[in-house]
Order: sequence, then C-alpha cells, then structure tokens
Amino acid sequence: MTGIDALVAAISALQRNDLEAWLRDELVSAEPDAGTLAFSDMECARVRFICTLHYDLEIDAETLPVVLTLADQLYETRQRLFSLTAAVAAQDEPIQKAIIAALSPGNRSPETE
Amino acid sequence: MKDPYETLGVDRSATSKEIKAAFKKLARKHHPDLHPGDKEAESRFKDLSAANDLLKDPEKRRRFDAGEIDASGAERPHERFYRDFADGPAYASHAAQDGFSSNEDLEEFLSRAFSGGGRRAQGTFRARGQDVSYALPVAFLDAANGATRTITLPEGKTLQVKIPEGAADRQMLRLKGQGMPGFGGGAPGDAYVELHVQPHSFFRSKDGNIHVEVPVTLTEAALGARIEVPTITGPVKVTVPRWSNTGTILRLRERGIRNHKTGQRGHQLITLKIVIPAAEEPELVAFLETWEPKTRLEPRKEMLT
Repeated sequence: MTGIDALVAAISALQRNDLEAWLRDELVSAEPDAGTLAFSDMECARVRFICTLHYDLEIDAETLPVVLTLADQLYETRQRLFSLTAAVAAQDEPIQKAIIAALSPGNRSPETE
Repeated sequence: MKDPYETLGVDRSATSKEIKAAFKKLARKHHPDLHPGDKEAESRFKDLSAANDLLKDPEKRRRFDAGEIDASGAERPHERFYRDFADGPAYASHAAQDGFSSNEDLEEFLSRAFSGGGRRAQGTFRARGQDVSYALPVAFLDAANGATRTITLPEGKTLQVKIPEGAADRQMLRLKGQGMPGFGGGAPGDAYVELHVQPHSFFRSKDGNIHVEVPVTLTEAALGARIEVPTITGPVKVTVPRWSNTGTILRLRERGIRNHKTGQRGHQLITLKIVIPAAEEPELVAFLETWEPKTRLEPRKEMLT
C-alpha cells in the first residue's frame, strides 16, 4: 500500500487536486488508512496509467472516464477470454484440438464445415 | 540504448513542442496499458519514455547534445503497468489451477488458436522472464576510474557488474538477460543496476571536473613550493606559485573524469587553504608583533560597507 502523499511525490507529473478529482469520480479507489488514504499496487499502476493518458496524451478530464470505461471493458473481456481458454485447456486433448481447429482461420465460417 | 531522436523520429533541431507531439503520437500507439495483448509494447514504450525523459528536459537535452551524458543515463526500469495487474493471474485465479503459470501463457495459447497454430502439436508456452532491479553502492574512486564489482543476489546467484569509467550517481546500467529466467524457453528478463556513488572524503566531482581543497603551510604559500597532491589516479607534483593565498585555484589539466563520449578528461581544480602551525611559534609571534606591512591590510572592508 502507498499513501496518498507518497504517491503524489513518486509521480512527478501528478497534481494532487487531479488525483482527488479522480477519487471523487471513482476513476481510482483508495482505502482509508490512519486518517489518510492508501493505494494498492494495482491502484498505483492505474494512477500512472491515468497520468499518461491525461498529462502525456492530453486526454481531457471529460474524456478520461470514457477512455477508462473502454479500457476496463477491454480488460474485463480479456479476463473472460482467459477463463474460457483455461476451460478449453482443461479438456481432453481431442476436444482441445477440435476447438482449436474450429477457431483456426478458414474454419470459422459455416460454409467450410 | 538507441539515439533518442531516432527513437522519437524527430530531427536533432526539433522544438520541444515537436518532441512532445512525437511522443504523444507514439505513446498512443505503444502504451502497454492500451495494448494489453502486445508483449513487445512494454519494451517499445520503455524506449520511448526514456527518450522523452531525456529530450523534454532542456538541461538534459543540452547535456546529451554536448556529449556530456549518453542516452543510457535515461534508462530506468519501468514501474509495473496497469495491465500487469488487470491482466494478471492474481486477479484470475483460474489461470494457475489449469496449469498455466500466467495469463501470458493463455495469451499464447489463444493467439496460436486464432492464428492457425493449433494444427501443430501442442508445444510449451513461452514467456519472457521478469526484469529485476538492484541498487549498488559504489566507492567514489571506483565510479571515477571504472571498476568491476560482483554482486550476490538474494537467491545466491552472482552478477558481474562493470562500472564504466566516469559513472554518474544514480546512473542505471542494464545487464541484458540477467533478470528472472524465461518460461518455457522464453528469453530471460534484464537486470537493472542503479549506481549509488558514495561521497569521497576530499574529492568532489562536478561537470567532469574534480574539486579538491589542499592545505598548504604559510611558508609554502608565501615562498612558493613544489608539493605533492592527490588526484583520482594517484599523487601528482604541482607547483604552488610564490605568494599564493587561501582560495587560490590551481588547475591540473586532464586530471578529472573522462567523458566516455569524447574521450576527453576534465580537469582537477585545487583550492589552496593556508594552515598556520598547530602550536604557537614564538619567533613568528615576535616578528608579527613588530611587523609593519607595506600595504594596508583591510580584508573585511567589502563586508562592512
């Protein structure tokens, strides 16, 4: 866990009032910790990501939530895809091969079946 | 480390605005968090942000252009990206249960499935090993002259680190392939070693020059002398001119730190400091009591007006 002061100090571009706005807008989350706020490693990485989007790529405050929502959906979808892949990988080899073959290019359209 | 101008695809004469625009465009294309499935995105983005860090800072850029620092000074291990968490097995417990060490392996499986790779016999999954970073305290003279150090890692492995001549404090060295081993035949990660140069008891280093304060006796300063002084490569004889003072600076040409870009050495600047004898000298005291200087001494005049 990283305290809010340490996080602001660690990322030179990060403005404290921006971070507070992102917390209010629930773009990032922090846990109360001894009268202050603390960020998990994952949330720290998320803050860095938002900093790149906002300060380097100049995505403005209004557009930021749109971009983040899309990124979150992408990661959520990838997690589901990983679950699906893991489920396939847990099957017996003939089933695995059949699924992979069915996914292979040229086999995806119904005409070729 | 590549040329930062080349990395960003800008001219050496590019304005800071053009550099910012170039970084912006390339960061959009290569930021790992925006391209979670692209394994190479991380190393490309690392190069980009190192180049940007160097060129966006006018002072660092000036020093790079002047050959005072090289691009490797801007290398640094990157913080962990968001995708490492959002895409990581820690947030998807199924991955480990199914014999995959990480989602990266699932990614490989997936890309093989979608690229027709499934026709081949099922092989092992490959993944590049993680980068690791260390801090290495370095003695001042080892940094100035270069040295080889062996560091022992927590897991017992040893690493040979070649400290380049003229290494700067906080300089980052990259040891390719010395990070964590790869998985399934994948390439190992890199080790990053940050040098922490320790201060010396009398040498100071600034802009390639070595500064040192050297005490001289009253006699040596007044009458001049040939004295021996330390340099970073060993003692050297130097002439103290007749009637030198505390604060007189003598320059020893090319006895400073070598700039590894130009091969030129900086200088050593010696500031003299007169010391009077530790114990009272009755003859000197007797002389001074009767001494009438030819020029009036007003050493504090400028401080008091």
